[in-house]
Amino acid sequence: MATEKTPPPLPGGGLAPRGPLAGHLAKAAMLALSAGIAAWAAWPLYEARNWIGLGLVAAVTGLVWWVYLSERRVPAKYLLPGLLLLTAFQVVPVVYTVATSATNHGDGHRGTKEEAIARIEASSVTRTADGREFALTIAAEGDSPSGELVFLLAGEDGEVYAGDAEGLTPLPGARTGPTGRVLDADGYTPLTAAQANGRGAEVSGLAVPTGDGAGIRAQGLSAAYEGRAARVYDDGCDCITDSETGTVYTADDERGVFAADGGERLSQGWRVGVGADNYARIAADPGIASAFLSILGWNTAFAAGTTLGVFVLGLAVALALHTPDRLRGRTLYRLLLVLPYAMPAFAMMLLWRDMFNADFGLVNRVLGTDTDWLGGTGTARAVALTVNIWLGFPYMFLICTGALQAIPRELVQAARLDGAGARQAFRHVTLPLLMVAVAPVLIATFAFNFNNFNAIWLTTEGGPFPPDSPTAGSTDLLITYTYRLAFGGQGAEYGYAAAVSVLIFLIVTLISYAGLRKSASLEEVNR
Amino acid sequence: MRLRTPGTTPSPLSRRAGAPAGAAALLLAAAACGGGGGGETAAQGSLTIWSDPERAEVLEPFAMEFGEANGVEVKVEALPADDLQGDFVTAHEAGSGPDIVVGAHDWIGNLVQNGAIEPVRLPEGAEADYDPAAIDAVTYQGQVYGVPYAMESLLLLRNTELAPDAPATMEELVETGKAAKEDGKAKEALALQVGQTGDPFHLQPLYTSAGGYLFGTDGDGDPDPSDLGVGTDASVEAMERIAELGEEGEGVLKRSIDADNAPSLFEGGDVPYYVTGPWALAGAKDAGIDYAVSPVPGFEGAEEAAPFLGVQAFFVAAGSGNKVLAEEFAVNGVGAPELASALYEADPRPPALIEVSETYQESDPDLAAMREALESAVPMPVIPEMSAIWDPFGKAQAAVIGGEDPASAVAAAEKAVSEQIG
Repeated sequence: MATEKTPPPLPGGGLAPRGPLAGHLAKAAMLALSAGIAAWAAWPLYEARNWIGLGLVAAVTGLVWWVYLSERRVPAKYLLPGLLLLTAFQVVPVVYTVATSATNHGDGHRGTKEEAIARIEASSVTRTADGREFALTIAAEGDSPSGELVFLLAGEDGEVYAGDAEGLTPLPGARTGPTGRVLDADGYTPLTAAQANGRGAEVSGLAVPTGDGAGIRAQGLSAAYEGRAARVYDDGCDCITDSETGTVYTADDERGVFAADGGERLSQGWRVGVGADNYARIAADPGIASAFLSILGWNTAFAAGTTLGVFVLGLAVALALHTPDRLRGRTLYRLLLVLPYAMPAFAMMLLWRDMFNADFGLVNRVLGTDTDWLGGTGTARAVALTVNIWLGFPYMFLICTGALQAIPRELVQAARLDGAGARQAFRHVTLPLLMVAVAPVLIATFAFNFNNFNAIWLTTEGGPFPPDSPTAGSTDLLITYTYRLAFGGQGAEYGYAAAVSVLIFLIVTLISYAGLRKSASLEEVNR
Repeated sequence: MRLRTPGTTPSPLSRRAGAPAGAAALLLAAAACGGGGGGETAAQGSLTIWSDPERAEVLEPFAMEFGEANGVEVKVEALPADDLQGDFVTAHEAGSGPDIVVGAHDWIGNLVQNGAIEPVRLPEGAEADYDPAAIDAVTYQGQVYGVPYAMESLLLLRNTELAPDAPATMEELVETGKAAKEDGKAKEALALQVGQTGDPFHLQPLYTSAGGYLFGTDGDGDPDPSDLGVGTDASVEAMERIAELGEEGEGVLKRSIDADNAPSLFEGGDVPYYVTGPWALAGAKDAGIDYAVSPVPGFEGAEEAAPFLGVQAFFVAAGSGNKVLAEEFAVNGVGAPELASALYEADPRPPALIEVSETYQESDPDLAAMREALESAVPMPVIPEMSAIWDPFGKAQAAVIGGEDPASAVAAAEKAVSEQIG
């Protein structure tokens, strides 16, 4: 297959299918699979008339085929899967978060303006003062169930009417059943429950006018009531008027609410773009400004302390088990050490929290103390760190064990022959070599623990809280603090939460960048 | 172990579970946008009901019967109770929600502001069949938004071996409880969950008895967010009275007692009194404790203790593609006494239908006592602003019980709540 034009093989290029039938078949199968996935994704998008989504699916599939059908573009063949996954699971969420942070998306502002108007009007329908009620039969005009929709209404006084968009017509010849509902009437076809439900939009939309803005509406399949919508939207003034109180609520498209002159607003709002308002709100909040630095300080200390703690403990244990001598039960020790890592962290954290309970906890009982562990700043921070290190060190133990085994023992032996002590050999030979492998993991551990929501939320919940500050606790991380800000108060505020997330993302990015620079320089030293 | 009812309040448990739920909601919202949302078309007749797993089981046969009677397909889907409200709102936003959801009345404010539910017009005579307090609880901005089926409030469980008589006042309770503790018969005098972050739901009877309130009342009879009771002199005085029972006072209220260990204290026979709800009865029964139920007492010479009233109800989803069937089920299916009876037998909480409640009361002394406790209960505020109260006020209560100054703790809570409400 290879032509003369083929460029010199790139590293790994030799692995590209080049002749054997099996390779071609595998390639064809994979491409068919990608086409299948595209078709599977396209249909619902087409049904929803989502042309942008459809275009995206087509573009990605086209790209895949373009890259893999060619004999060239070998680097792209290796990069594409990773890039696609990176885009789907890293870039898109970040972009989506940033986009959300520029809206007021959250409870009370979830839908569109049209939806809000529809809900406001529907929720304002109340029974009229004399409030007539009817037993209802939903029917269609004529002999076919697809005829024009009609309500057959039997009043409390025994009078029977047919009601449609024109109004009520008396219907003397109808037969009614024991529940008072009309069973059948000449010229009308009663609908079954399924048929009526199938025309649900028409049923909900029909209000048989009875004058003065009132109408008879269906409530389910078998009852109807006379009611009036107190609040009506007017396109001209872009406002909603409440006919009962006379209040006019004008649309405020910047905040996504209908508000009256007095500041009173209707609870149903809609989603609008608010630009940088969420960020301005963070900057302007005096509570955040005063709490931010102390939380950031503890947050950094927590992440650094955890990283250091798990590394030191994990390495110490790994070193202890990494001896050239035969150690009886080494596998058992390793198994036991990995246990905390193997158990669900969720349950472990709750268990630890209960063990530190001041009155009923195991810790106080064993130590014979009376310490309010979770009630004091210092002790609560110690608890959070202890629990997190206990949960985290087995992982570091595994990493260190692997890294230690990869370092040739000859190097240490050579150092010892040259007269280095055990400590010196470790300090100058083992540790630097170890760091090359472990440093990136340490940075990842730091970044992960910087945002380790569960470790705090399931143990201290951010507490203890100073009596003068119920929003910022002594063990709060930025992520738990902002979670409380965004979801603890007025329901969910996704826009605001997204803005805070973007800020935390920037902080972690900066720290990780600095850390990676540092670890790169570490590798240089060892080269 | 059931610690709380399906999502009435953000208990420490549900608040904890809120984190993944919030994240899941974000993801779902993202998925919804990606998918273009709401392409689902209604089949000619199918009704989907969302409920917590326990109730889903009970509902199933009734839903099937309704489906057969009307020639339509009915599905009952069980969702975790703690996430039910959030999942419902997110699904509504994505256009893929159910037709009916079963939940607590204090969701109404949030569901209405998100346009997720529709008012329900019960037939005129039908309202009288329900306990007026239940109808009152599901009424918001002058509209009935749900069909109630069960009611609940906090009550006092007592271990009759340790405390034979129902205490008439909090002082009496403290005296008997402390005596039991000093005699070595009990580990603690009272199990009332406070935890490190406080619990305004469980402290509400004491707080109201001591003269505190959360919100005033507006013209509609709804709670008025512009009249915030937290931070008033009355609230500080109430917290001072509560502080007397705290760790620096009588030592009856403690932060070390939380949602996890309170039930085990009572079920282990280690505490004479336990302030909890109907959801704890099954556990006490299973543990073989001889217990009796009575209302939570108030302080001597003070106001009556008014715990929160929680009402479980069926809501019709505004986004339903089968609204006609959903309304029919809510108005005529749910009101059937047989369903209320079955729900009561599965989970004994006072039924909202008076007739059913009275039938069972004759054979079940617990129910009579629960209904007595309900008499002084006041519906939990439905307004969305209520969610701003739980967290800061709870922490103020925990601080006060731990011995901090009530005035400054309440002032800090007031500031945090006001900032949220805006």
